[in-house]
Amino acid sequence: MATIDEPLYPIAVLIDELKNDDIQLRLNSIRKLSTIARVLGEERTRKELIPFLGENNDDDDEVLLAMAEELGAFVPYVGGIEHANVLLPPLEALCSVEETSVRDKAVESLCRIGARMTGKDLIEYFIPLVKRLAAVEWFTARVSSCGLFHMAYPIAPEVSKTELRTIYGQLCQDDMPMVRRSAASHLGKFAATVEVTHLKTNILPIFEDLTRDEQDSVRLLAVEGCAALGKLVDPEDCVEIILPIMVNFSKDKSWRVRYMVANKLYELSEAVGPEPTRSDLLPAYVRLLRDNEAEVRIAAAGKVTQFSRILNPELAIQHILPCVKELSADSSQHVRSALASVIMGMAPDLGKDATIVQLLPIFLSLLKDDFPDVRLNIISKLDQVNQVIGIDLLSQSLLPAIVELAEDGHWRVRLAIIEYIPLLASQLGVEFFDDKLGALCMQWLKDKVYSIRDAAANNVKRLAEEFGPDWAMQHIIPQVLDMVNDQNYLYRMTILHAISLLAPVLGSEITSSKLLPLVINASKDRVPNIKFNVAKVLQSIIPVVDQSVVEKTIRPCLAELREDPDVDVRFFATQALKSSNQVGKSS
Amino acid sequence: MNGGDEVVAAPAGPPQPLEWKFSQVFGERTAGEEVQEVDIISAIEFDKSGNHLATGDRGGRVVLFERTDAKDHGGSRRDLESVDYTISRHPEFRYKTEFQSHEPEFDYLKSLEIEEKINKIRWCQTANGALFLLSTNDKTIKYWKVQEKKVKKISEMNVDPSKAIANGCISSIASSSNSSSPRPSYLANGGSPDKSYSYLTNDFPFPPGGIPSLRLPVVVTSHETSLIARCRRVYAHAHDYHINSISSNSDGETFISADDLRINLWNLEISNQSFNIVDVKPANMEDLTEVITSAEFHPTHCNMLAYSSSKGSIRLVDLRQSALCDTHAKLFEEQEAPGSRSFFTEIIASISDIKFGKDGRYVLSRDYMTLKLWDINMDSGPVATFQVHEYLRPKLCDLYENDSIFDKFECCLSGDGSRVATGSYSNLFRVFGCTPGSAEATTLEASKNPMRRQVQTPARPARSLGSSLTRVVRRGADSPGVDANGNSFDFTTKLLHLAWHPTENSIACAAANSLYMYYA
Repeated sequence: MATIDEPLYPIAVLIDELKNDDIQLRLNSIRKLSTIARVLGEERTRKELIPFLGENNDDDDEVLLAMAEELGAFVPYVGGIEHANVLLPPLEALCSVEETSVRDKAVESLCRIGARMTGKDLIEYFIPLVKRLAAVEWFTARVSSCGLFHMAYPIAPEVSKTELRTIYGQLCQDDMPMVRRSAASHLGKFAATVEVTHLKTNILPIFEDLTRDEQDSVRLLAVEGCAALGKLVDPEDCVEIILPIMVNFSKDKSWRVRYMVANKLYELSEAVGPEPTRSDLLPAYVRLLRDNEAEVRIAAAGKVTQFSRILNPELAIQHILPCVKELSADSSQHVRSALASVIMGMAPDLGKDATIVQLLPIFLSLLKDDFPDVRLNIISKLDQVNQVIGIDLLSQSLLPAIVELAEDGHWRVRLAIIEYIPLLASQLGVEFFDDKLGALCMQWLKDKVYSIRDAAANNVKRLAEEFGPDWAMQHIIPQVLDMVNDQNYLYRMTILHAISLLAPVLGSEITSSKLLPLVINASKDRVPNIKFNVAKVLQSIIPVVDQSVVEKTIRPCLAELREDPDVDVRFFATQALKSSNQVGKSS
Repeated sequence: MNGGDEVVAAPAGPPQPLEWKFSQVFGERTAGEEVQEVDIISAIEFDKSGNHLATGDRGGRVVLFERTDAKDHGGSRRDLESVDYTISRHPEFRYKTEFQSHEPEFDYLKSLEIEEKINKIRWCQTANGALFLLSTNDKTIKYWKVQEKKVKKISEMNVDPSKAIANGCISSIASSSNSSSPRPSYLANGGSPDKSYSYLTNDFPFPPGGIPSLRLPVVVTSHETSLIARCRRVYAHAHDYHINSISSNSDGETFISADDLRINLWNLEISNQSFNIVDVKPANMEDLTEVITSAEFHPTHCNMLAYSSSKGSIRLVDLRQSALCDTHAKLFEEQEAPGSRSFFTEIIASISDIKFGKDGRYVLSRDYMTLKLWDINMDSGPVATFQVHEYLRPKLCDLYENDSIFDKFECCLSGDGSRVATGSYSNLFRVFGCTPGSAEATTLEASKNPMRRQVQTPARPARSLGSSLTRVVRRGADSPGVDANGNSFDFTTKLLHLAWHPTENSIACAAANSLYMYYA
C-alpha cells in the first residue's frame, strides 16, 4: 500500500475515492472512470473494474447516473467492440433502479453500445438481456426493457423476432400502469423496426389495445403513437385504422387526452395527406378549437399556424379563421395569449389581402387585450407580419399598446416590453421611434424598480448599436447628461451604469469628449456608492479611450479616489489603477 | 348432529359478528406512566399487501412494522406451517425500523411555527424490494424509501489512510487529485502540481497492460444488513393552509395533497411543481362557509377522487372533465331532518375522514356522531348510517366547551367491504357490519381485553363527565377497577386513528402512544 510510486499517487487516490464516504469525491472518481480504466489497462478493466462497478450499484442516484453515462462511452477502454458485452451486466443492473433518470440514462447507454455491437454479439448478449429485463419481477426493469426492443429487434433471428413481438405485446398489457406507459411511449420507435407485414398483424392490435386502456395516462401516450405509426403504415391503413382512432381520441372524455390530440393532430395530417385531413381531421381540429376545457383550447390555439399551413389558404380562411376570431375573444386569457404568440405566423400563408381583411382586425383586438401577456406576444412577433403587410397599418394601434405596457403597474410587464424595444425600433424606423418612443426609454431610466433601470440602461446601449453613434449623440446623450445631476443617487448610479455600457459602442472620441467629463465630475459626489461606481466605470472605460486620456484624466482622478475616507471607494480605485497599469504595459 | 352439520344448516344470512381477540401491543404504558406528547401516534396505515404497517407520531417519527407470520416463500412456507404454524394464522407484526420524517420548523415569512407532527402516511408502489411511502405534516410532504442494505466495508486501498492522515494532508490531496486546479498544499507532499496533474490528462504514457501496482478498493460484504430510510423527494411550499390528507393514485405516478381550501396534484418524480385541481377559496374570505376536511383517490380509477367538507358533503370529482375541478361530478349529502337544527348541527355534520372501499364502489365517511356508507352510484343519501356517538347528544354543550367536538376521528373499511370501524372516546372503537341485514355492532376497548366493554350500553349517558376530564391519562387494561361500571367517558383518551388490514380481519389502532392490534 505504501509502496505506491509518488507520480501515481493522485491516481491511487482517485481510485480509492470510488469508495469514499463523501459523495462529491465518489462522483468525481466516477466522472474520471476512463482515466482509471486506462491506468488499469484493458484486461483489468474488463476483469476487475467492470465487475467492481456491477457490485457497487447501491450508491446514491447521482453517482449511479454518472456511472450509467460513463459506461455508455466505455467501449474503447474495455478493448474495443469485441469486448463491449462486458459492459452490459452493470448497465442491466442500473436498468432496474427506482430512479427514472438513472434508468433512462442506462437505457440510453445500452442503446449506444448496442448500436456498435456486432450482430453476433447482439444475438448472444443483447437480446437475452432485453428478454431478462422484460421478465423481472419488479416493474422498474420492465419499464426499462421497453426502450431496448428497437435495438434488439432488427438483427434478431426470425424465431426471436416473433418472441420479441409477443413480449412487447405482453408489456403493453402489464399490470403496472408504469410499464404500459413506457411501452406506449416507445411503441413508435419499436414499430419503426418491425417489418411492414407484421406491423398490421401484430403492432396495430397492440396499439388498439393501448388506445382503449382504462388509465388516462396510458391513453394519452398512445396519442403520440398515432402520429408515429401513421407515418409507418400504408396510407390506406392509416386512413382506415389510425385516423378513426385519432378522431375518437379527439372526442375522448378526458381533457388530457384531447389536449394531446390538439398537440399532435397536425403530425398525423402530414401522414394521411390532404383529402382525409380535410374530411376528418379538420372537423376534429375545429372541435378542439371550441373545446370546453381551456387547456385543450390553449394547445389547439398554439397549433393554428402549423395546421393552417397544411391546409390550403381557402380552407384555412373558411374553417380555421372563424374559430380564430372566437378564440381572440376567449374567456381564458391563456388561450388568447397562446393564440397571440402564433397568430402572426399565419400572415405569410394567407397572403397580403387575406391578412389585411381577416387577420388585421384580430391583431388589433389582441393589441387592446386587458391581459399584458397577450399584447406582449403580439408585439414580440411583429417582424413576421411586417414582412407581409408593412408596419403602417398597425402603427396606429401599436403605439397606445406599447405606451400602456410601458407604464404597466407590474414591473415584469415593463421589463418584457423593454426587451422588445430594440426589435420595435428596427421595425418601426428612426423617425417613428424619435417621435414616440424616445421619451419612454428615458423614463425607464428613472423607474422605481432596479431591474427596470438596469434593463433600461441596457436598452439604451442596444438602441445606440441599432441607430449608430451619431443618432445616440443627438437623442440619448443630452438626456443622459441631464439626469446625472438628479437628486436621487440611485438614478445617478443608473446613469453611470448606462455610460459604462455606452462607451464601447460610441467609441473613443465621444467617450473622452462627452462621457468622461461627466464621470470625472461624479467622482466628487457626496455618496460613496457613487464614488466607487465611478472607479468601476473608469476601469471599464480605460480600454476604450486613448492612453493619453488615461494618463491625463483617468489616473489622476483614480489616484484621488484612492485616498478617499471610504474603504470601498479606496478598494475599487486601487483595482482600477492596477488594471490601468496593465493596459499601459501591454500597449 | 355434530358441529359440522350445524354450519351447513345455518341459513345464508348476514355473517356472524366477529369475535375480536387481542393480538399485540407496541409501546404499552405501565400503570401511572405519563404519556409524552411527542410519542402520541397521529397516523396509521397498512400497505397494499398488508405485510407492512406504518405509524407516524407527533414527534415527526415514522415507525414501520412488518408481518412475521406470512412471509411468502412458496413451498418452504408449507413446510414451516406443518412444523410450526398449526393454529394461529392471524397477522402478527414486529418492529422493523423507524426514522425521523419531519422536524419542527419555523416559517419566518409568516412567523408561524410548523409542527413536526405526522398528519398522514400513505404507502406507494414497492420497487426492487424497497418500501416507499409518503408522509406529511401540516406543510411539507416527503417521499421515503426504506431499504435493507448489506453492510459493506472497505478492506484494502491503494493509499493507506492512516499514513495519509499522518502526513496531515489527505484532504488536500484528495481534492487536488480531482479538481482541475491543484492547490498549493499539494506541493507539501513533494510533487509539483503541474507535473502530477498531467498524468490525469494527456501526457502520461498509459502502458498497454496497465499499471499493476494500482488496485481497486476491495469491498467486503458482510451478512449483516441494516435498514436505511432515505428521503428521496420533498414536496414543499404548495399549501397555504394545513395539509389534512394525501392520497396516491392508482396510476402509480401521481398523488394529491389537500389542505383546508385547496387540493393539489403532484407527480411523484417532480417535487418543484404541482397543479391545483380544486380551489374552494372564496374571493372574499368572509364568505367562507365550508372547508375541505379530507380527500382520497378512487382505488382503481385514476381520474376519480372524492373530498369531504366541513358541511357534511362529499364531492366526487372527475379529473377528465376539466383541468380545474371546482365543479364536482357528483355531490353526496344528507338532507337534515326539519326542525332538528341547533347551534351544533353544522359542527357535528363536519366530516372528519372519508375512505373508499377496496372495489371503489362505496365511500365511508365519519362525522362526529355517525359513520355513513355511501354508494357512489346513489347520490340521494347514504346506504347505511351507524350511530357512533348518539349517546353524547345531550353532552354537546360540554363537548363544545372543551373543544372535544372538533376531534377528528378516522374510519376504515374491512378488505372485503363487509364491515366498517371507527374510534371513539375512552379508547373505545366500534365495528359495524354493513352487509344488508347485519346487526353487528361491537364496541371494543383498546386494551389487552378488548371485549370487556361489550356489555355496556352506549345509549346510556355518561355518569360523571367533569371528573373524567381532570383525570390523568391512564391505562385501562392494567387497572380494571378504575371504571368498572364502564360508562364514564374519558374525553382525554380518544381513539382517533385506526386501520383495517387489507386482506384479513385485523385492526390496528392507536391509543395515545400505544399501538394495539386485534384480530378476529
